[in-house]
Amino acid sequence: MPEEVKPDEEVKTEDTEDSEVDDEEQKNILRESLSRERMEGLQRHVSKKVNSIVFGILSPKMIRKMASVKVVTPELYDKEGYPVDGGLMDVRLGVIDPGLRCKTCGSKLKECIGHFGYIELARPVIHISYIKIVYLLLRSTCGDCGRVLIPEDKIRKYSKYLERIEQQEGIAAKRNAVKEIVDTFKKVNKCPHCSAKQEKIVLEKPSTFIEGEKRLTPIDVRSRLEKIPDEDLPLFAINPEMGRPEWLVLTILAIPPVTVRPSITLESGERSEDDLTHKLGDIVRINQRLFENINAGAPEIIIEDLWDLLQYHVTTFFDNGVAQLPPARHRNGQPLKTITERIKSKEGRIRRNLAGKRTNFCARTVISPDPMLKINEVGVPKIMAKKLTVPEVINEWNMAYLKKFVENGPDKYPGSNYIIRPDGKRKKITDETKEAALEELQPGYIVERHLLDGDVALFNRQPSLHRMSMMCHKIKVLPYKTLRLNPAVCAPYNADFDGDEMNLHVPQTEEARAEAEILMDVQTQLISPGYGRSAVGCIHDGISGNYVLTKDLEFDRQTAIDILSSIGYFDFSKLPHKKKISGKEIFSALLPKDFNYVGTTKQGEKVTVRDGQIIEGVMDIKAIGGEGNGDLLRLLHKQYGPAATVEMLHYIFKLGIEVLLRTGLTSAIGDVDLPPSARKEINELLTKAEEEVQGFIDAYEAGTLEAFPGRTVKQTLELKIIQVLNKARNGCGNVIKNNVHENFNSHVLINSGARGNILNVVQMSACVGQQALRGSRIDKGYSGRTLSCFKKGDLSPAARGFVRTGFKNGLNPKEFFFHAITGRDALMDTALRTPKSGYLYRRLANALQDLRVEYDNTVRDANGMIIQFEYGEDGIDVSRSESGTIDVKRIVELIK
Amino acid sequence: MVHKDLEEYAGVLPPKLLEEIEEQAPASKRKKVGQIVYDEYMKARVDAGESVGLISAESIGEQATQMTLNTFHFAGVAEMNVTMGLPRIIEILDARKAIKTPKMEIYLNSPYNKGKDIRQIALSIKDTRLGELVSEYAINIFEFVIDIHLNAEKMQLLSLTPAKISKLLDKALGKVTKITDAGENKISLQLKAKEDRNLNTLYKLKEKIKDVHVKGIKGIRQVLPVRRQDEFIIITAGTNLKKVLALEFVDPTRTITNDVHEFAKVMGIEAARHLIIEEVYRVIEAQGLSVDIRHIMLVADTMCVTGEIKGITRYGVVSEKSSVLARASFETPIRHLINAALLGEVDKLNSVVENVMLNQPVPIGTGLPQLRVKE
Repeated sequence: MPEEVKPDEEVKTEDTEDSEVDDEEQKNILRESLSRERMEGLQRHVSKKVNSIVFGILSPKMIRKMASVKVVTPELYDKEGYPVDGGLMDVRLGVIDPGLRCKTCGSKLKECIGHFGYIELARPVIHISYIKIVYLLLRSTCGDCGRVLIPEDKIRKYSKYLERIEQQEGIAAKRNAVKEIVDTFKKVNKCPHCSAKQEKIVLEKPSTFIEGEKRLTPIDVRSRLEKIPDEDLPLFAINPEMGRPEWLVLTILAIPPVTVRPSITLESGERSEDDLTHKLGDIVRINQRLFENINAGAPEIIIEDLWDLLQYHVTTFFDNGVAQLPPARHRNGQPLKTITERIKSKEGRIRRNLAGKRTNFCARTVISPDPMLKINEVGVPKIMAKKLTVPEVINEWNMAYLKKFVENGPDKYPGSNYIIRPDGKRKKITDETKEAALEELQPGYIVERHLLDGDVALFNRQPSLHRMSMMCHKIKVLPYKTLRLNPAVCAPYNADFDGDEMNLHVPQTEEARAEAEILMDVQTQLISPGYGRSAVGCIHDGISGNYVLTKDLEFDRQTAIDILSSIGYFDFSKLPHKKKISGKEIFSALLPKDFNYVGTTKQGEKVTVRDGQIIEGVMDIKAIGGEGNGDLLRLLHKQYGPAATVEMLHYIFKLGIEVLLRTGLTSAIGDVDLPPSARKEINELLTKAEEEVQGFIDAYEAGTLEAFPGRTVKQTLELKIIQVLNKARNGCGNVIKNNVHENFNSHVLINSGARGNILNVVQMSACVGQQALRGSRIDKGYSGRTLSCFKKGDLSPAARGFVRTGFKNGLNPKEFFFHAITGRDALMDTALRTPKSGYLYRRLANALQDLRVEYDNTVRDANGMIIQFEYGEDGIDVSRSESGTIDVKRIVELIK
Repeated sequence: MVHKDLEEYAGVLPPKLLEEIEEQAPASKRKKVGQIVYDEYMKARVDAGESVGLISAESIGEQATQMTLNTFHFAGVAEMNVTMGLPRIIEILDARKAIKTPKMEIYLNSPYNKGKDIRQIALSIKDTRLGELVSEYAINIFEFVIDIHLNAEKMQLLSLTPAKISKLLDKALGKVTKITDAGENKISLQLKAKEDRNLNTLYKLKEKIKDVHVKGIKGIRQVLPVRRQDEFIIITAGTNLKKVLALEFVDPTRTITNDVHEFAKVMGIEAARHLIIEEVYRVIEAQGLSVDIRHIMLVADTMCVTGEIKGITRYGVVSEKSSVLARASFETPIRHLINAALLGEVDKLNSVVENVMLNQPVPIGTGLPQLRVKE
C-alpha cells in the first residue's frame, strides 16, 4: 500500500497494513528501536502519543530499503513444511508460528509486527487505484516535454486561482477546479512549450492507454510521467515532496508481512493460506514466467499476453472489485478478498476493527425485571460475577483482605481468577497454583478479584441511540442466570422483557471507574439531553398503583405502616395520627416536608402538593411517569438533587406495586363487555354514520357534491367519509366512557396513563374502525373494487375497509382481510424505516462528532472553526434545564 | 432596555430570560427573582468540553427512529400535501437541490389580504400554460395549420384576451410559425418553413403550443388561497421566491418557501439557517415528538458555517473535515486514502475517530484538558 506513516514522535503503534517508515534514516532508527523498545517495554511503561500521520506514495527505492526479503519463488514451504527462503512465507517477513523467532528482528510471535518484502517485476504495471490520476496526467501533459498543456503565462494565473480555491473551499474543490482547467485546454493539440503535436489518449478500461491507434505500454506511461516537472505537479493536486507520479507505475511491488496474511492450520493439520498470499503467489508465478520468456527471447505476442496477465494479477491484488475485470476467485468460486476489500465497507478494517473495538470483561444475557433492586443497581448472576473481575493493587493495608480472594480461588465466590506480578506477568489461579500464589503476594501485585456488590459496571442495550443507552449501575450479585434491572430504567434503554438481551462492561482502571460513576451513573442521566425532561420515571404498575392509592383508598393506621414498611420505608413521622389514613397521606409520607407542587393530571384535574402533603388530585403519569412526563419528579430533581430523587422514585415505584399487591388490578375480558343499552347506542351511532356516508356518496354520484378548494370532488368525498367514520369511532369511545364505572380496571390503566388508551378499548369492544392505507381508504385490489365480493365502484364504508365490529365480537372475513392489509403495511413501514433512520443517525453522528464546547464557551469543530459563539444561543445545557429553559414562572411562584 | 433592578445581569443572562423576569415577576420581587434565575442559569450552563455535537446527533437520530415513514393528514382539509416525517428530515439534512414538494406561503399586503378577489390574485400568480385554456385543437394537415379554440370562461377568469395570447404565441413560437388568423377565441398558426412541413413537426408544434407560458409566475404549479387567523394567504405548490417577492401585493417580510437552497439564494445564509431550523422542528413536532431546538440549531449551524449550505453527506459537511482518517471512516475510504497519498496530506489527529483508531484519548469531554508533567 502506498500510504505510509511518518514517525513524527517515534511511532510505535503502527498499523502494519498501510503504514511503513518514511525515509531511510528514520527507518534504521525505527528498526533498531523497535526491538530495543520491545524488550524495554516489559519493564518500562511507554506513554507516547502519535502526533500526526503523513500520507504519501512509496518510491521503488523506499520499497527496496524497507524490505527485508526479495521474494523470488512462488513456493511457500519445503518438504519438511519449513518456509522456503525467498518465498512468500519467508521467516524474515515475520513470525506467525508459536515458538519461532523472527529472523529480522529476533522477536517472538505477537511481538514481531512483521517486515515487508518486495518483488522485482519483470515489466512495470500500473497501480489500479491511481488509474484516474495517471489518465489525467497523460491527457493534460505533453508527451514530448512533459509540461502541462497550459501556456506558460497562464500557469501562474491558474496556480494562484487554485491556491485561493484550496484556502477557501478545501482540497476537494481544488481537485475539481484542476480538472476543469485542464478540460478547457484539452482542445489544444499542440504543446504550448515545445510545439510537439499532441495525440488524443484514451483510457480503455480498466488499465490500457491508447494514443491514437497505438497502445501505450506501462513503460511508455512511466517514461512520460517521469518527464513531468515537479513545478507542474501542484496543479494536479499532487505533492511532489510526497511522491512522484512515475511511482504510480510499479516496477517493484511491496510484499506485505506474513503477519498481515497469516495462514491458518485446519483441524486436519493442513495449512490454509490467506487470500493475499494466494494472490501474491499468482503474481510471483506469472512474474517468473514473464522473466523466463523475456530472457528466452519469446515472441512479442506471448510477452504481451503475460504482461497483461501480470497487470491483471497486480490489479486484483490491490482491488478485486474493478468493474471491467472478472474478480479473481478461489477454486470453489468464491471471490478473493484482497487489499481494497479488506479496508472498505462496514465489515472492513476501518469500520470493523479501527473505529469499533472489542473489549474483555463484558457479559451479555437475557434481562428480567426486579423492582426490589435500586434504580441504579443491576442484578448480575453469580456465574457472571465469577468470570468478570476487577483488578485491585495490593498494598500493606489491604493485603489480608485481598488474600482472602486468592484463597477462595476461581471457583468459590468471592474469589479471584488471576494475579498480576509487578512486571506485568499474569498468573492464573488454580487449585494447584493457589498456594504458590498466596506465598508470592506482596504489595505491588494486582489481584483480579470477582465482582462484589457495589462495584460499578456499564450497562447497555442496543441500539444505543442516545447516551442513556449506556449507563453506570452498581452491581448486585444475585442467584439465577439473567441480568436484572429495575423496571423504571426500561424507558431510557427502551427495554422490555420479551427476550431482550443486554450487555455489561466492567471498567478496569480507576480513571474509567471514576468517569463511569461521575458522568454515567443512572442518577446523572435522569433528565434527557434531547428535550430536557425526565427520561426515567415510574411505569406500568408503578403508575397505576399510585393512582389507585391516591385516588380514594383508605387504610387503618396499622396497615398504612405495614405498607410503608414492606417497601423498606421506615420514616412514619409524616403519617397523621388518626385511625383511618388515606392513600394520599401514605403517598405524602414519601415526599419531603417542604415540597410544593402544582400540576394537572392526565385528565386535566388540578394536583396540589403543599408542604409535602397532597391536598388535591391524584398521582398519575403526568406527575410520576417517565419519558417526558413526570413533572413532580422533575421538580424533586431540581430541588433536592439527583440522589434524593432516585431514592424517592424508588420508594414511589415500590409503593405502587405494593398497593396493587394488596388491592389487585386485573384487566379482564369483562372490561370490554358493554351493557345492552350502550351496545344499542353504539349501533345507532355507526348506522347513522354509515347513512351519512351514503348521503355523501349519493351526492357525489349525482354530481352535487362541492369540492374543497384545491381538491377534486373525489378527494373531497374521501376526506369527508374518513372524517365522518373517524368521528363515529371516537363517538363510540365517549359512549363507552359514559357507560363504564371509572374504577373499572382497564379504565384505571387508561386514566392513570399506565398503559393503553380509550381507542384500544373501543377497538376491542365496539368498533375497530376505518383501515387506512397510505392515508386513504383501501382502494387497491381488483379493478374498481377491493374484493370480488363487492360491486364495481362500490364506495360504501364496508367495501373500502371500514371494520364495523370490535375484536371481541369478531371480524367478518372481509373485515379481517382489510385489517390484515393495514397490519402488513405497518410491518413494512417499520422494516423500511429502521435502516433509513439508522443511516441518517450515522451521518449526523459522523458530521457532528467533533463539535465541542471550548473553554471560551464557543462551539468549535476539530480545526477550531467556530460553529456557534454560544452553545444554543444561551449556553444552557438541555439536560440541566427544564424543557430547554430556566422556568422563571416557577421561580416567581416559589418566592411567593 | 433592562430594568434597573436587573442591570447587573444584563449581558450575563440571555435577553430572553431577562424579558421573562420583567414580565413575570412583581416589581417588589424582581431583584430576588433575578438573583435566583441567575444562580440557576449558571448551574445550567454547559461544561467546557461537552460533546454537544454528538448529543445533538443522538437526540435527532433517536427521534428519527420513532417517526413513521409515511405521514398523512386527515384533519388538514385545506392544506397542500407536503412531504413530512422522516423523508422530509432526510431531504433537508441532505440539502437536496430538488425537493419533493416545493411549497410557498405567500402573505399579502393589507388591502389584499382581506379575502376580496383572493381567488383572482391567486390565479394570477399561478403558472398557466396555454394548454389549460384550450378547448380544442383543429389540425389542418394540408396547409399545416393548427386552429386553437380557446375556452372563453377560463380566459375571462384569468383576464386574458385572444389578442394577448396571439402576442405571446408570436413571441414564443414566432420563429417557426406565423399567425394566420386571430378571431374570437380562435387562433390559427401555420408552420413557416416550407421544408419542415411534415406531420411530425406539426404534432411537435402542438405540444409546444400546449407549453406556452401565458400567465403567472414560472414554477408555481398550484395555488390555494387559505385563511390564516384573520387574513388570507396563498399557499402554492412549486416555488419561485424571487419573482413572487417582486409582486406589489405580496408582503415580502413574511412570505416564505420551503426550498432551503432557494431561500439562501434570495434571502441569504442566515435566513436559510433559520428555515432549516424551523422546517426540521416543525416536522418533528408534527409527529408528536419533541427535540430541543438547540440540537437542530447546531445541525443547521454546521450546515451553514461555510456560507453555503452543505448537506450532512459525504459530499457536504463530512468532506470538509481536515482529517483523512475521519473522512475515510465515513464512506468511500479508498478514495480518501488515495487522494491523501497523492497530496501528501498530514493528519493532525485532532478529532475523534482518528484517536479512537489509534487507541488514544479523544480531545473531547474529559479528554480535552491536557497535562504536561515535568520530567
